[in-house]
Amino acid sequence: MIPDEYLQTFVVECRELLEQMEEALLSVEQAAEDPEIINAIFRAAHTIKGSAGMFGIDPIVAFTHAAESVLDRVRSGEIVMSPELAALFIAAHDHLSVLINLVAEGSESNSDIDSNGKSLIAQLETYLGETVAEQAESSGEVPSVHQSKLEREQSDMVGTDHWHISLRFGPEVFRNGMDPFSFVRCLSSLGSIVQLVTLIDAIPAAEQMDPETCYLGFEISFSSDADKLAIESIFNFVRSDCLIRILPPHSKASEYQRLIRELPEQEMRLGEILIKCGTLTQEELENILYLQSERKDEQQQLIGEVLVEQQLVSQPVVEAALEKQKQVKENKKTEASLIRVDAEKLDDLINLVGELIIAGAGTNLIARRAKMADLIESTAILSRLVEEVRDSALALRMVPIGGTFNRFQRVVHDVSKELGKEIDLVISGADTELDKTVVEKIGDPLTHLVRNAMDHGIEPAELRIARGKPVKGTLKLNAYHAAGSIVIEVSDDGGGLNKEKILSKAIERGLITAGTSLSDKEIYNLIFEPGFSTAEAVSNLSGRGVGMDVVRRNIQALRGSIDLDSVEGQGSTIRIRLPLTLAIIDGFMVGVGNAAYVIPLDMVVECVELRAWVGDGGDGQYLNLRGEVLPYRRLRDHFEVEGDTAQRENVVVVRYGEHKAGLVVDKLMGEFQTVIKPLGKLFKGEKSIGGFTILGSGEVALIVDVPGLMAQVEHERVENEMALAATSK
Amino acid sequence: MVNVKNKKQPGSRIVIEGELTIYTALELKDKLLTGLSANEELELDLSEVGEIDGAGLQLLVMIKQQAAILGKVLRITGHSPVVVELLDLSGLSGFFGDPLLIVRKPT
Repeated sequence: MIPDEYLQTFVVECRELLEQMEEALLSVEQAAEDPEIINAIFRAAHTIKGSAGMFGIDPIVAFTHAAESVLDRVRSGEIVMSPELAALFIAAHDHLSVLINLVAEGSESNSDIDSNGKSLIAQLETYLGETVAEQAESSGEVPSVHQSKLEREQSDMVGTDHWHISLRFGPEVFRNGMDPFSFVRCLSSLGSIVQLVTLIDAIPAAEQMDPETCYLGFEISFSSDADKLAIESIFNFVRSDCLIRILPPHSKASEYQRLIRELPEQEMRLGEILIKCGTLTQEELENILYLQSERKDEQQQLIGEVLVEQQLVSQPVVEAALEKQKQVKENKKTEASLIRVDAEKLDDLINLVGELIIAGAGTNLIARRAKMADLIESTAILSRLVEEVRDSALALRMVPIGGTFNRFQRVVHDVSKELGKEIDLVISGADTELDKTVVEKIGDPLTHLVRNAMDHGIEPAELRIARGKPVKGTLKLNAYHAAGSIVIEVSDDGGGLNKEKILSKAIERGLITAGTSLSDKEIYNLIFEPGFSTAEAVSNLSGRGVGMDVVRRNIQALRGSIDLDSVEGQGSTIRIRLPLTLAIIDGFMVGVGNAAYVIPLDMVVECVELRAWVGDGGDGQYLNLRGEVLPYRRLRDHFEVEGDTAQRENVVVVRYGEHKAGLVVDKLMGEFQTVIKPLGKLFKGEKSIGGFTILGSGEVALIVDVPGLMAQVEHERVENEMALAATSK
Repeated sequence: MVNVKNKKQPGSRIVIEGELTIYTALELKDKLLTGLSANEELELDLSEVGEIDGAGLQLLVMIKQQAAILGKVLRITGHSPVVVELLDLSGLSGFFGDPLLIVRKPT
């Protein structure tokens, strides 16, 4: 159980490290033996291994371990970084990024990747057996071994040659899905734990103790050749949740003194622990505590100043430390800049913005009527600002759908186990944003669809093999923006739907009468019908009817639509279309007779005068739009508006999904921003109207539901065609 | 999941089965405290513990301390391998003071 945000951090970090590694590897190929570059590569590999270990991502750990061992020998000068080796490392790097991508997508490795990894490990291991001498012999080169000597200042040092690590885990550690001991175990991958004291002092008495709160702390004496960065990197994922102090071997007494002062436990208790750890001797401790007590009188002075004064640390060290502290503070600031807001407050704001838009439109209208240029100009500015306010208010509610999608990793994992099928989940378009209320409501219907697709869509392994498909089924979740709506697709590469079975089932259920001819789409969409459902559903026909009507109802309640494409034997795709937001639309206002209608602007493609086709109207069903067949419909006829037809009719070409159609109207009245008000229950049966809005003048304008209208048009067309076909027979 | 059995025996004995982790900590805390309050001597049989983490360890510490406060006796017996491993790692076996190797069942 790894919380998403940690996994995200892990992936992001690994990618950064891989970039650094690649850069270093490429420069190694040119300018071979710079120890800095080798170190950089080593550090990157090492950190990746460490953090992968934290998360228990074993394939990465195993692979990086092989790479790291070779790198370690390069670093110590035992092997030379030859061009061949560098090339091998680049291949290893590529493989690693493949592995990381798998983690990021949450998908499982496949056999290609595995075998690639194994062969790389094998190649790497050949270098492990080889010593420099052998290699030098074989390549004829004499390796140069870098030796650097460090001189240490001997004064005032603590005798131990172990690292000292102090950890105090924060209360939330368990709840964040981490176990303090896993960090300790991970530490042993870097060196050996000489002595560990578990601090249980913070565990309160039984009544006050919350068993899910972490009270643990550790004092660890640790022997390792790793550098501080590497040790620190183990704790990357708890850094914000944990008090960490790492003191290198032979640290100054003053640093221990500071350590003692900073940790929450009492000085004496801590001192005892440090002695127990073998970090300090009794004498050293007494010395430190003595200094500590002396210092008490001058507490006003900054610690840094005191230390400098006593020449315990040099000025630059203090400055560096201060710089570090500043950074930490700044980090905290950015964290704090996120605030949680009650969703209701947001709704209120959006409602107000909606009213503001209506009021603004009203002012605009009055200004135009009064023909006051100044006023028109200022209302134009006003409406632009209002539009921006609207956009940012709506953006507040937008969240990426990725969070919802990622929940399905687990669902797919569990359900596929349960069903004994191997199924991969492929997620794309996780960044697509949509309204929070929509996101919240889409989870359940999606779960239903995903489970259905896995249960009934994807065939058992034997059948898949028989059909010549890969054994592993694939389930795809995809999201994208299209024509003012968001489209969410759930597709599987399973068996698809069987038309005949659906038809006979539908007839049996009395949903259609025998002999009705339906298009493929209409047949598939039968499974969304209310009667088509539940337990008795024929299992092979995929029981997809199970609760599908509920799914459709939920989607429709969000002003969305759902439809299904299926190719028998190859799989099905369920497409959900949802509006980006539920509250406001950009509309295009048109007039028919005396009434005004609003068409969602995102769907409007262009406007053409109808007269361009005069004489070309044919049977009044299609227009020729630059060679394209365009079905059209007079809104006047559709809504049965009375009155004379206008002299110059216009065609508004609208697009919804893959369909295009023309709507013939009398007047084009321009763009118009509007708040959708829902229609009353009386109008529930009217599919071609999505809602209404109040104009600035107080009049009511109906909002055309283009998909609904087009479905109706399409339906009539099919009916006509069938009638035609029937008569011609 | 966790399964706690209360066997009626002289003194009292609680067998913890399965996980002794953050997932079961809440539930176990109550059971352990109830068990402790009802008896003068309590034996915790950990031989069936398949998984233990920091939260589980914390819980053991808590109950041990509580027993000390109430002047009761708490014994931990039958440490399963994972428990032994964690006690070793944490260096807390001394704190519990229970005989480890003798009671430990061969696995």
